[in-house]
Amino acid sequence: MRINLTSVLVDDQEKALHFYTEVLGFVKKFDVPMGGEDRWLTVVSPEDPDGTELLLEPSGHPAAAPFKEALVADGIPFTSFAVDDVPAEYERLSGLGVRFTQPPAEMGPVTTAVLDDTCGNLIQITQYTG
Amino acid sequence: MVRGVDDVFKALADHTRRTILDELANRNGQTQFEICARLMTNHGLGSSRQAISQHLEVLENAGLVETRREGRYKFHYINTAPLEPIVQRWLSRPVKDDAAPGAVSIQGEGDRNENQPDERAR
Repeated sequence: MRINLTSVLVDDQEKALHFYTEVLGFVKKFDVPMGGEDRWLTVVSPEDPDGTELLLEPSGHPAAAPFKEALVADGIPFTSFAVDDVPAEYERLSGLGVRFTQPPAEMGPVTTAVLDDTCGNLIQITQYTG
Repeated sequence: MVRGVDDVFKALADHTRRTILDELANRNGQTQFEICARLMTNHGLGSSRQAISQHLEVLENAGLVETRREGRYKFHYINTAPLEPIVQRWLSRPVKDDAAPGAVSIQGEGDRNENQPDERAR
């Protein structure tokens, strides 16, 4: 058994595709119509195109909105991505207008920061510093 | 905002709550998530999120922490104003060194700003 896919619940798939590719820097892998407005839309890291896919999943279920809002209010990230240099990513992404709820901070063996994905989620970026 | 001085002392009479204030003094304006993460990773205080939430409520009721909503986010800020009366009460007053214990009455100066019932008036 392997983990080949993980997902984030996004308010708007088109907006999410823009943010996760143009801003964060992932690349689109699959984009398949699923009926109505919904798409099977995944992105991967350009550093690992055959690796784990991130599904930008529609958050139309009525339970999704209050769940996401409660996490965001308390600053809790929905998921976490690895980067080589958190402060550098913070500078790069801030320059692109990304809103951070937590600037880079040393948390024991990791440095983390938390950003808003513009689609209703907070995302943590993490760098192992030993 | 006037708070009971008892609330301030009670809020400070806990290691985790003092550590929360330390971390907010290091970086003001943190989400609850960041506070929990800092307590865990920097201090080994692995309290539950619910417990931290209650600690923050105690600090907020004492006026030592303020929360501000910015859009969908909620940030916590340290407020040192409730500590001022404590400093003024003892540290900012000349100490009467020549007074033998019990020789000089301070005449209840200290408690005049407390919004607690004054027991000596009974």
